[in-house]
Amino acid sequence: MSLRIVRPGLQTTVQDRGRFGLQHLGVVPCGGMDPVALELANGLVGNGAAEAALEITVLGPEIVFETDALIALCGAQMDARLGASPMPENRPVFVEKGTVLNARRTTLGARAYLAVAGGIALEPVLGSRSTYLPAKFGGLEGRALRAGDRLPLIENVSSISSSRYENLNGKKQLAGLRTVGWSAPALTLPERVPVLIHAMEGRQHALFDAAARRAFFEATWKVMADSNRMGFRLAGPGLALADAAEILSEPTCLGSVQVPASGMPIALMADHQTTGGYPKIAEIAAADVPRLAQLAPGGTVQFARCTLEQAGELRRALRQRVDGALRALAWIY
Amino acid sequence: MYAEFGTQLDIETNQSLQALAAALRARSLPWIRDVVPALCGIAVHYDPYHPALPAQVLVYFEQLLQEAFKSASRFEGSGRTVEVPVCYDQVFGLDLKEISEKTSVSSEEIQKRHTKSQHQVLMVGFSPGQPYIGGLDPRLSVPRRATPRTRMPAGAVAIANAQTCVYPYETPGGWSIIGRTPLRVFDEARDPASLFAPGDRVRFVAISRTEFEKLA
Repeated sequence: MSLRIVRPGLQTTVQDRGRFGLQHLGVVPCGGMDPVALELANGLVGNGAAEAALEITVLGPEIVFETDALIALCGAQMDARLGASPMPENRPVFVEKGTVLNARRTTLGARAYLAVAGGIALEPVLGSRSTYLPAKFGGLEGRALRAGDRLPLIENVSSISSSRYENLNGKKQLAGLRTVGWSAPALTLPERVPVLIHAMEGRQHALFDAAARRAFFEATWKVMADSNRMGFRLAGPGLALADAAEILSEPTCLGSVQVPASGMPIALMADHQTTGGYPKIAEIAAADVPRLAQLAPGGTVQFARCTLEQAGELRRALRQRVDGALRALAWIY
Repeated sequence: MYAEFGTQLDIETNQSLQALAAALRARSLPWIRDVVPALCGIAVHYDPYHPALPAQVLVYFEQLLQEAFKSASRFEGSGRTVEVPVCYDQVFGLDLKEISEKTSVSSEEIQKRHTKSQHQVLMVGFSPGQPYIGGLDPRLSVPRRATPRTRMPAGAVAIANAQTCVYPYETPGGWSIIGRTPLRVFDEARDPASLFAPGDRVRFVAISRTEFEKLA
């Protein structure tokens, strides 16, 4: 009852929706970088939102399904094959024991989520199965997957998968694959270049000089190569403080944009440190963090100024679209 | 959401924040995920999609803080004192010499003062279990190092400005190292996982190289 990793890809980790309640002890939630795609992938295979799935980054893995399983791939579009056929995304696919998923490169977006019916059967660590790479715990031994790894699935994955697939509406054979004739929407893929991301002024916004305050919302920023799950380093015009000021370390959160002495901003992502002493020029709207997570190094972004109220509206609008998609699935299951 | 109660490090403010955090946690509001007492403020992380999330969350937060202020008991800390064995040997205390030169306090005196002071955890953050500890003897105050080390040894006991800390992991760090503890600061398989929690009192205890090796 397992997934066997033949080739791990660039960075494939186990992630769920996160580890909450421990930030006062320095433990950040982690979780899927694009929680929307993760939630949809879980929904497509009939899982609850709390199950763990595989987060695939830019270069995909080769995986052997050592059991019959209902699977779904959401998020980034990938050049991926299931056996001899192209892997259909954003829909449930029933695979037979021995089937090989060969995921190559993402063609749009940077992160894809592979969910399996019943989830990944690893023991939660501190309440979550998310891999926390900086401190090396959670997921599979706190690390990214390697060739030869076997990821445990639930014991009755085969029977659960068959019955869930049988209950699906609109079942359809597609290029020899047992899937469906409909698909869930992709809600977080880049819709334009540069990607437009909404952000509010950060707590230390006023400490920056006038040129920096203007440049942040006008420039096009490029995601640098040394970006990772902790943070996206952005290249563009250097941002300077009006007066060199040292601030005391204070809490940070997902989407905080801090500016170290180099003047190049860092957008804090899923594995970010819980506190930091760099001034924060902006806070990215929660609804737009998943879309930012879909950028690979080299991708470009522009920030659009928004208010707290607008960020709230964006968030509610996104939630409605996710709920709409999940409701349609609930009706199907 | 973050509420700031000052911009200067102040032990009394910090103690009130610990009490406030306890009072906020006691409310067990389902949409609140994390209550993080920090050096001079308090952060509340919430689930933006929780059905019970109040519409005017900032206004609500302010009311919540005011109520918590009323219900918060006087600060009594966590009631715990964490004893931290530290080997102040030169092998571990990589910056002892430099600190001596800057402060005119001898290595022996640094150890003496560090083990004698009443310390208290002001905040835990940056990496899992990493404590920001206040109460450092003012004579030991040195600024952060101009060039941070790319790798602090795990267990490094270090000082900067008015604080001292223990590095749980091999991470970059800009504080000056005075010794090392053999204790594991954070162990996800242990209960509790974190050796330190905000509000804990901390007492450093000098140990020899031999004792260090035995405990490590």
